[in-house]
Amino acid sequence: MYRYIIKRVLLVIPTLIGAAALVFVLMRLIPGDVCVVRLGSSGGTFDPKAIALCHAELGMDRPLVVQFIDFVWGIMRFDFGTSMWSGNPVTTEIWARLPISLEIAILATVIAIAIAIPLGAVSAVKQNTWIDLVVRLFAVGGTATPSFWLGLVSLLIVLNVTSAVFGTPWMPPIEYVPIWQDPIHNLSMALLPAVTVGYRYAAVSMRMTRSAMLEVMQEDYIRTARAKGLINKLIINRHALKNALLPVVTLIGIEFAFLIGGLVVTEQVFNLNGVGRLFVQAVQNQDYTLTQALVMLTVIIFVISNLLVDLLYAWLDPRIRYA
Amino acid sequence: MAHNRDGRCLSLGLMLMLGAVLMFGANAALAGAPKRGGILTYMIPADGGPSLDGHRETTFAVLHATAPFYSVLIRVNPDNPSSTTDFQCDLCTEMPQPTDNGLTYRFKIRKGVKFHDGSPLTAQDVAASWNKIVHPQPGVASARESNFVMVDSITAPDDETVVFKLKFATLTFVPALADPYAYIYSKKKLDQDMHWYEKNIMGSGPFKLTEYQVGQSIKGERNPDYYHPGQPYLDGFVAIFAPKQSVRTDAIRADRAALEFRSLPPSARDQLVRELHDKITVQESDWNCGNVVTPNHQKKPFDDVRVRQALFLAIDQWKGAQALSKIAIIKTVGGIVFPGSPLAATKEELQKLIGYGPDIEAARAEARRLLREAGQEHLEFELLNRNVDQPYKIVGTWLVDEWSKVGLKVSQKVVPTGPWLDAMRSGDFTVALEANCQNVVNPIADVGRWLPHDVQRENYGFFSDPEMVEIHDRMLRETDVDKARILMRKFETRINQQAHQLMVTYWYRIVPMRSYVKGWKISPSHYLNQDLANIWLDK
Repeated sequence: MYRYIIKRVLLVIPTLIGAAALVFVLMRLIPGDVCVVRLGSSGGTFDPKAIALCHAELGMDRPLVVQFIDFVWGIMRFDFGTSMWSGNPVTTEIWARLPISLEIAILATVIAIAIAIPLGAVSAVKQNTWIDLVVRLFAVGGTATPSFWLGLVSLLIVLNVTSAVFGTPWMPPIEYVPIWQDPIHNLSMALLPAVTVGYRYAAVSMRMTRSAMLEVMQEDYIRTARAKGLINKLIINRHALKNALLPVVTLIGIEFAFLIGGLVVTEQVFNLNGVGRLFVQAVQNQDYTLTQALVMLTVIIFVISNLLVDLLYAWLDPRIRYA
Repeated sequence: MAHNRDGRCLSLGLMLMLGAVLMFGANAALAGAPKRGGILTYMIPADGGPSLDGHRETTFAVLHATAPFYSVLIRVNPDNPSSTTDFQCDLCTEMPQPTDNGLTYRFKIRKGVKFHDGSPLTAQDVAASWNKIVHPQPGVASARESNFVMVDSITAPDDETVVFKLKFATLTFVPALADPYAYIYSKKKLDQDMHWYEKNIMGSGPFKLTEYQVGQSIKGERNPDYYHPGQPYLDGFVAIFAPKQSVRTDAIRADRAALEFRSLPPSARDQLVRELHDKITVQESDWNCGNVVTPNHQKKPFDDVRVRQALFLAIDQWKGAQALSKIAIIKTVGGIVFPGSPLAATKEELQKLIGYGPDIEAARAEARRLLREAGQEHLEFELLNRNVDQPYKIVGTWLVDEWSKVGLKVSQKVVPTGPWLDAMRSGDFTVALEANCQNVVNPIADVGRWLPHDVQRENYGFFSDPEMVEIHDRMLRETDVDKARILMRKFETRINQQAHQLMVTYWYRIVPMRSYVKGWKISPSHYLNQDLANIWLDK
């Protein structure tokens, strides 16, 4: 088991280097650069000398090969450099945004699991009944509705309903406060985006749970359990659901990793200062170092979540061994 | 038909409501003495600026976040910011009269001003800050260094006097000095590290920094040692970065924030007025920003003046501005000088220029004739535009339609800011829609951006025109406003007759705010009057 984990962790290194090389090249293929955006985007005049100085300050006047070697050497020392836009260390920039993204991802996952697994299981058990139909409708709605649209609409609904009921419109706070400082403020900011993201997430997971359950329910061991006279609840909970969860866990792992850096539009809609918004900002500003670091972060999160999912497999299905 | 009538009634109703709210706002602002206390929450429509150093940055996001912490030497009068000629002292005691034939300006600095760390602010700090802006050391960036070509030296002979010596007398010096980014820094800090202010804030302005959360918010509290008596009125402020317009509109509606200082489009204003009635006040102003049509003179057939003139003749600015003002932050037609300035062209003068004529049918007939004469009646080209809705994409779409009326087939290439700037700088475009956005209205300096590429490297028309350079040089050295105005007309006529570039419709600032916000007055630039010292809350 330990050898397996070490092997998996070591595999991260070539993955990271590959991703680093790719993002390094891709970012530099985009016309323009951070200095031009920084000085020219406001529509005023600026001195071309300032561009040259900016390039020199950021080391962009050096040959690309030198810049790449410098970048890879930095990664090997866990030094991702400073943001070309703000001048802050990229770790500071990311660290400032990580808590809110992590919180939304965790909350959305909890909401998704709480909805998807029971409803998916019920839908499979009650296949082709009106319950199944309603649950499937709910799931199709979730997969078909973009979460940013749902976010905008839910905000408008909250504003209009509170205005009609209380006479004063209310919306979630637009400034993040950590949960340990003010839990009510924090949750009132995070809950609505978590629900809008969690709905789509739940819909996808629910469909997966339902189809996996339907497959498992046809298995011989379920028939055997019935033949043994076990009660239906026990068959579903102990024998069917646990085995049906394998693909669902994989999906949840991938979705969770995606949520950390992928809530690009939702974070904009709710003014969440998260990693997704930072990603967009970094690409827009052509901030190479920050974009590279964010890609690295995303790769690491994906690799870790995949590793955790693999380890969960062993617990869910004892026949799986990694030795 | 009924639908149209309903629509007209709705528009009329909305206009009346807006008028009432504007009047209410104006009356309310005049009534009552300022109250002390309260925290102002406002939004900055951006993702956070680059560094914190106003001297090196150009984006308003830096200014809206940091101006309340700093003093400047002189400024646009905060009680009359819509004036383009009313400047007053901030750190100095009175506006000096130039001596030595307009070559020497001697500023007396207030006594007893303190930085937020308690250290005294003297003329040495003022001189050191201005030298950083005007004569930056190698390795130190100054974004507006080129605005001060007239300055020879800046010295502080004693702790209360700063002397600016000029190479030549000029009308542009005083407005340039009122640059809102020209924060006064501590000489001691600068001597230790010229880059210290890129990551730190420590000024002598009305507010002291309490918290800065990267990309999220910046907070300040009242500076009890502030030197303008009684100010600031607020206990503090919270500025929240909110790049998305829907968030900002919703936040004002739900009173999560009182306002944003840049501008919202007409639709957002109308929505807020409709929903909040007397709880919202709107201030509006012409804006010292506008879009510019730039044909690339190095690309055929735009090397032909007839083709360029035809492009401009096809555009009906007067009708266009009126129509676009309903959906975009656009309103006033103007030439190269901001319409509110004494150096700006009058409507009669403008109407004599290409692209501003009152008879659009005659202008379009002339455009067709010129295209035919140049053998370009079926010309097809691409308009390079920036991926920003307000107002770039709206103006771009309008232009494409206007050009189609003289038979031109134009497609629009909309790209993000980086590639847009890169394409213009490298000359990889045929016609571009760019922007001209300045802070203090300083016409002679502002029109420097229209100078040919061999003088102004960031002019993307890529043309050469020694006559323009010569006129501008004379204008720069002129000290009589009337004579400068005559030269400005010559300069503008030259650009226009050669169809080098065309200013299309000035932007229009619309700032809806919660009615309890008092004391702040709108100016022609979102860079001005942002230190918050005169704002108070009527709660």
